[in-house]
Amino acid sequence: MSITIENLSKNFGNFAALSDVNLEVPSGELVALLGPSGSGKTSLLRIIAGLEHPDRGTVLFNGQEATRRQVKQRKVGFVFQHYALFRHMTVFDNIAFGLTVKAKAERPGKAEIRDKVARLLKLIQLEQLAGRYPGQLSGGQRQRVALARALAVEPEVLLLDEPFGALDAKVRLELRRWLRRLHDEIHVTSVFVTHDQEEALEVADRIVVMNKGRIEQEGTPSEVYDHPATPFVFDFLGSVNLFRGRVHAGTAQMGGLRVHSPEHATADDAPAIGYVRAHDITIERVPGEGGAVSAEVSHLLSVGPLVRVELRIAGGDTWEANLPREEADRLQLAVGEKVFARPRKMRVFVEDYQI
Amino acid sequence: MQVSIHRTVKKNGTSGIAEPAWVRYLLLAVALSFLTLFLMLPLAAVFVQALDKGWEAYLEALKDPDTFSAIKLTLVAAACSVPVNLVFGVTAAWAIAKFAFPGKSLLITLIDLPFSVSPVVSGLIYVLIFGLQGWLGPWLQAHDVKIIFAVPGIILATIFVTFPFIARELIPLMESQGREEEEAALTLGASGLQTFFRVTLPNVRWGILYGVILCNARAMGEFGAVSVVSGHVRGSTNTIPLQVEILYNEYSYAAAFAVASLLAMLALVTLAVKSVAEWKIRQVSAAE
Repeated sequence: MSITIENLSKNFGNFAALSDVNLEVPSGELVALLGPSGSGKTSLLRIIAGLEHPDRGTVLFNGQEATRRQVKQRKVGFVFQHYALFRHMTVFDNIAFGLTVKAKAERPGKAEIRDKVARLLKLIQLEQLAGRYPGQLSGGQRQRVALARALAVEPEVLLLDEPFGALDAKVRLELRRWLRRLHDEIHVTSVFVTHDQEEALEVADRIVVMNKGRIEQEGTPSEVYDHPATPFVFDFLGSVNLFRGRVHAGTAQMGGLRVHSPEHATADDAPAIGYVRAHDITIERVPGEGGAVSAEVSHLLSVGPLVRVELRIAGGDTWEANLPREEADRLQLAVGEKVFARPRKMRVFVEDYQI
Repeated sequence: MQVSIHRTVKKNGTSGIAEPAWVRYLLLAVALSFLTLFLMLPLAAVFVQALDKGWEAYLEALKDPDTFSAIKLTLVAAACSVPVNLVFGVTAAWAIAKFAFPGKSLLITLIDLPFSVSPVVSGLIYVLIFGLQGWLGPWLQAHDVKIIFAVPGIILATIFVTFPFIARELIPLMESQGREEEEAALTLGASGLQTFFRVTLPNVRWGILYGVILCNARAMGEFGAVSVVSGHVRGSTNTIPLQVEILYNEYSYAAAFAVASLLAMLALVTLAVKSVAEWKIRQVSAAE
């Protein structure tokens, strides 16, 4: 089922959670709503589910008006950040709940329910735990039960609100890969909310980046990552260095750097901000090709396979560069040493896009 | 060697936060003697006095027709007020804990009113409304409806003084459980009623039991409000606490204490059930 959102707005008191949002979720895709807290992503998800009502705008399911439809008529599966399992029911009864509350005419028989729950338990690999209570499960197990419970009613849309947010790092990683594989199998239209850019980039078919109740950009993970449409998106996806300067007729002048910037060919000495990702900075011992700036290593920190290097530039600026461990070893960097740094890729935004 | 070092460390570890032994024992002794003097002794005295003239006299006192009617009336008053307050308490707690609506804080304050008003005043309120000189008195008399100095008045007064118990117990419990489970039930296709009976209610069942037990204890033990509206008609409008007072004022001590021992036993049963309910509530919330 496809979802269409048209001109949606929602206020909580004076706070605009969503302002004039338009979005199209094609049938069968796994879409991530990515943004910081307060960006409106959860409100949007809850409005799609019918748990919240918009002040203005419409929600269409398969092109059909659904804004006023009751939650139970929407055929959505909803997975909560804190699982929301029924604490007084066993895992089995939790998963069977959606089937047992159906009207008599549609309700499957006892044996059929048992078969279906058994299949779902197998899918989430928790066959032995059917008789346990939620309180006796780990966080990852609870979230899998919550997913099975949502899938039991065969929803046409699966909505997940920060589904991995309350889990520890390793379980989180496992579970999101499992979700991706699951989606490849069942192809139910899915929308999940996250503030973790890595999660969105890894799992989703499409990413919708949200900020302050608006959509900043939407596209495939590589589109969003490689071609951020706004400074916010650039800033939100990965750590970046910021440069201030001016752009004139396709060339940006940022401190000591001259950068070719063809998309601003018509700019007439406009103030501009340049963004360079931390891993797009090359460090060399010798000046090499043009564009390198002399710098001093002011701080070094190993983070797993990466080395985070803080550089003090001649003018007083500080840059952050992330190098692979081998690269750092080859350069034999040490604090206080003089090196040459060169941004490989810079994205220039003319200043009216204030952050 | 290593064991002894370990022990020393452990001992130092606890003594860092604890008071010296003699202080702890002194505090314990003070607390225990206080409890004995003010709670255990009177409780024991009730039973000793009740059985002062032997089992025969004890049973005889309870068999007295006036006493028997007082016991019956007390049970009727509790049987009427507890269900009414159960329905009211659950609905009020549900509305307050799960929804936002105008007047919510006013409702919370109103629920506490019977706690903050003296029971005598609670009784007087009903006399002023339903009594002969009250607002509705003449009309009621014209239609031959008796409320004050009759059973309906006692039931109304009991309902009034006991109505915060169940709501007060459930509001914080429901608030701490949040709305997510109900929302999950809705997305799974449950109707509002199904959600209430299959999710909301089972989650607070121990809290409900706790509230019912306290409400029942108060309903059976209420003196002040009931005393005002009862009129003390023997064998007709006396409840157990009122009967105890009458017997005591007539110097039939053994009988007074025999009837009082019923209330004391009710208190003990209440405490036992309350402990179980509290333990269950803790267990349920610990499992979360």
